[in-house]
Amino acid sequence: MTTAGRPIDGSSERLDRPALVLRGLEKSFGDVPAVDGVDLEVRQGEFITLLGPSGSGKTTTLRMIAGFTRQSAGTIEIDGADMSQVPPYRRDVGMIFQNYALFPHMTAAENIAFPLEMRRASRSEIRRRVAEALALVKLEGFGGRYPRQLSGGQQQRIAFARAVVFHPRLLLMDEPLGALDKKLREALQLEVMHISRQLGATVIYVTHDQEEALVMSDRIAIFNRGRIEQLGRGEDLYDRPVSLFVADFIGDSNILRGWFERDGDGGWLVRDASRWRVGAAATARAALDGDRAAALVVRPERLRIVDPGDAGAAAAGANTVEASVRDVLYLGSIRKYELTLPDEQTATVRQQVGGNERVWQPGARVRLTWAVDDEVLVSDPGGRPSRPGDVPTAPLA
Amino acid sequence: MTDSWRQPRRLLLVALGALTVFFLMAPTLVVVPMSFTASNALTFPPEGLSTRWYEKMVTDPQWSTGFLNSAKVAFLTAILATVLGTLAALGTVRGRFPGRGAVNGLILSPLIVPVIIIAIGMFSVFVRWKITGSIVGLVLAHTALAVPFVVVNVATSLRSMDRNLEQAAQSLGAGPVRTFRRITLPLILPGVLAGGLFAFITSWDEVVVSIFLTSARFRTLPVEMWEQVRQVVDPTVAAVSTTLLAVTTTLLLLAFVVRRQAPAR
Amino acid sequence: MLLDRSRTGRSGRRDRDDPIVNRWALLAVPPIAFLVAFFLIPLIVVSLRSVTDFPRPAGDALANYGRFFDSAANVRVLGNTFWVAALSTVVCLALGYPYAYLMNIVRPRLAGLLLIAVLLPFWSSLLVRTYAWQVILRDTGIINTFLLDMRLIDEPIPLIRTTLGVMLGMSQILLPFMVLPIYAVMRRIDPEYTRAAANLGAPPFAAFRRVFLPLSLPGVLAGSLLVFVLALGFYITPALLGSPKDTMISQFIASAVQQRLDWGIGSTMAVILMGLTLTVLFVASRFIRLRDVFGSFEES
Repeated sequence: MTTAGRPIDGSSERLDRPALVLRGLEKSFGDVPAVDGVDLEVRQGEFITLLGPSGSGKTTTLRMIAGFTRQSAGTIEIDGADMSQVPPYRRDVGMIFQNYALFPHMTAAENIAFPLEMRRASRSEIRRRVAEALALVKLEGFGGRYPRQLSGGQQQRIAFARAVVFHPRLLLMDEPLGALDKKLREALQLEVMHISRQLGATVIYVTHDQEEALVMSDRIAIFNRGRIEQLGRGEDLYDRPVSLFVADFIGDSNILRGWFERDGDGGWLVRDASRWRVGAAATARAALDGDRAAALVVRPERLRIVDPGDAGAAAAGANTVEASVRDVLYLGSIRKYELTLPDEQTATVRQQVGGNERVWQPGARVRLTWAVDDEVLVSDPGGRPSRPGDVPTAPLA
Repeated sequence: MTDSWRQPRRLLLVALGALTVFFLMAPTLVVVPMSFTASNALTFPPEGLSTRWYEKMVTDPQWSTGFLNSAKVAFLTAILATVLGTLAALGTVRGRFPGRGAVNGLILSPLIVPVIIIAIGMFSVFVRWKITGSIVGLVLAHTALAVPFVVVNVATSLRSMDRNLEQAAQSLGAGPVRTFRRITLPLILPGVLAGGLFAFITSWDEVVVSIFLTSARFRTLPVEMWEQVRQVVDPTVAAVSTTLLAVTTTLLLLAFVVRRQAPAR
Repeated sequence: MLLDRSRTGRSGRRDRDDPIVNRWALLAVPPIAFLVAFFLIPLIVVSLRSVTDFPRPAGDALANYGRFFDSAANVRVLGNTFWVAALSTVVCLALGYPYAYLMNIVRPRLAGLLLIAVLLPFWSSLLVRTYAWQVILRDTGIINTFLLDMRLIDEPIPLIRTTLGVMLGMSQILLPFMVLPIYAVMRRIDPEYTRAAANLGAPPFAAFRRVFLPLSLPGVLAGSLLVFVLALGFYITPALLGSPKDTMISQFIASAVQQRLDWGIGSTMAVILMGLTLTVLFVASRFIRLRDVFGSFEES
């Protein structure tokens, strides 16, 4: 597949210009806001995933970029041109639909030829480019088949070929792998990612599967209630969530909710009689103004289980809490502990299975400990303003 | 459910079903063998075997012109009703406008308003417009009766069509007109054709309105038959009936086949 | 993706920012104009004729209605029409429900054949089918000839021009209108329900009566309504098979207009028949969704 007519990585001044800019994008259906002020800038050749729960506005955002849904407010700029009022067929944006939307009355080759015919390509060019596109998705020889004669995975590839054959300025994908079984999905994730990179395509990918998002994306935009809650690389989202929602949505988290009290550069998270140290870096990142309801987030693999009497554990930049082991789940490469804290809340710990590690039994009294640097402080808008001594109502973990 | 039914009850049900099929089909089919009788009387089983009544149907100008008139009217009705019905289906399924419910009611009402009322209404109006006793008047009348069948068929195709397909076409660069011609129309075509066949059948079999809108000089086959059936025992009528049935059944089976052609998904 | 999807589904339909009128609506204009001109106006003209056409000059616009209801014979025609329609509905229900039930439980291939057995007559000429009944039922018809030949009877028994004759013809012709809506509803009933009832200890008939039957009632109502309303307007079949004392309202209208040339009384009858039809539909619409009734056409 050539990328004629399109700059590839590092070869054009167009790289200075963002591939897509969304500014203040809004859409409401009746009185219900589906998208509520989305700003996003996507670089040329970047693979961006819009990730979020059902109804968070990611699909509506994608459909506005494609032009199927008219925005209520805001602008959409593709490759430097304002597309806000441009109909879908003049946006030059490829889209892969969740159910592929292959035209059932056309063969695979006719489907792929369709966008080229619409652009009045010559017959010989169409033939050449359809063949190239089929080769790109490794389906040479399948051009004469109708969609219903193809397997789900093959249909997906044809849909991909059809969406890229005309070198669109953007490639939009709406849960394109959602209908496939797990194994095929994982194989195609890598394939879609590789071909997209090979083509230098700018991809906007919608999914609700966080693993898929982490595997494929350069950057991920976490959607919640019609807004982008956080935008960043997978590592950033996992290690430094900016909100309780992101912490909870990406990966498993242990969440200690309480009251944050500033102390110098760092501070303390206070709950009941317990208080845990919050490091200066985490405090700075959280940027909380003054004392307020907040939560500490610690990933399960960052927690360690030690003897309750292990006095050294609390030393030097570590926090601890007492707990008792409730369940031990063996999952092959890891062992997962479910623990109960004194206030009946639960915590989860992931332990690598290596053969030398100490294994705790259900019922064991233990102490959990973690490094201050491994915790993230986020504000807790849903938390009740509780002072030390109040009974916490927010659940832990 | 199936297996838990005790045998006698199930047998009773099957017997009742068989009886109903017999009740639905047999009385009508009885005219088919009788139309081949060699005698002047209609008897069952027929006495002797001949095609003389078919010969009479073809040679007697009364019957043969009736046949031609029916075919002409039904053909023109099918075309007009298919065009109007397809437009109506697109307009009411895809269109947004106030009073859509009322329009749907208007389109479907020829199915439910007693046909005798339609007949005398059309007669009173068409007389004033001087289009009774003519092919024009009858085609217009039959079209009004046939439009709902086209609308129902096309609307079903339209509703079962995946609208993502049209959006996909748009995202691939096809404007509204080309999207309709290349995607929408081919996908609803089976419904359109089936609707056209049903429209043809509707006109082909129509009696009551035709009785009022035809004249001695311009009659369709069913009207001719209606005139005969009340007076004489003429086996030609059985031959005509068989012909009407044969045409209807053929077109109906064709309509089913056409509708099956709808592409998967 | 549940919420997202339902939302896009809706937005897909009302693309251009939910306009009150969109461009597709324009396509409906020609067919609407056509139906108004050649269907609606005729109906309006008939209605008007009932208050403008009088055999003798009359001062009262409702003179025709007075004339109609003054005659006991006329009112009897109305009552008779109702009676025949109701009877046809009952016969169709008695035959149609078990038939639809059978279609629903047999293998798909057989169900398809049973469906064709309903649809073929549904679409074949009403006149031909009535004529066939005439051939079977009349004094020199198949049944009487057979019975006479067998010497079971000495003279033809009256079958044609009886209530029995018209009932046979009408229920045969109307039966598909009962079967199709019932079948459409039955097909949507999840078979797991009856299995669940069996699992909870209901014997087959109890499972049917307590679970399946109530769930299929919307189809029964829809089919009965359709059959009843259509039966009210029957003309050809009662004219050829019915007895004079079973005259139905449509025959009355036709003879008033064609033989007596009394358009006043004919159109008055027409308005009354239309009123009856609309009243029945209106009353029924309080209990069932009319869309279900006519929706079943779409699946046929």
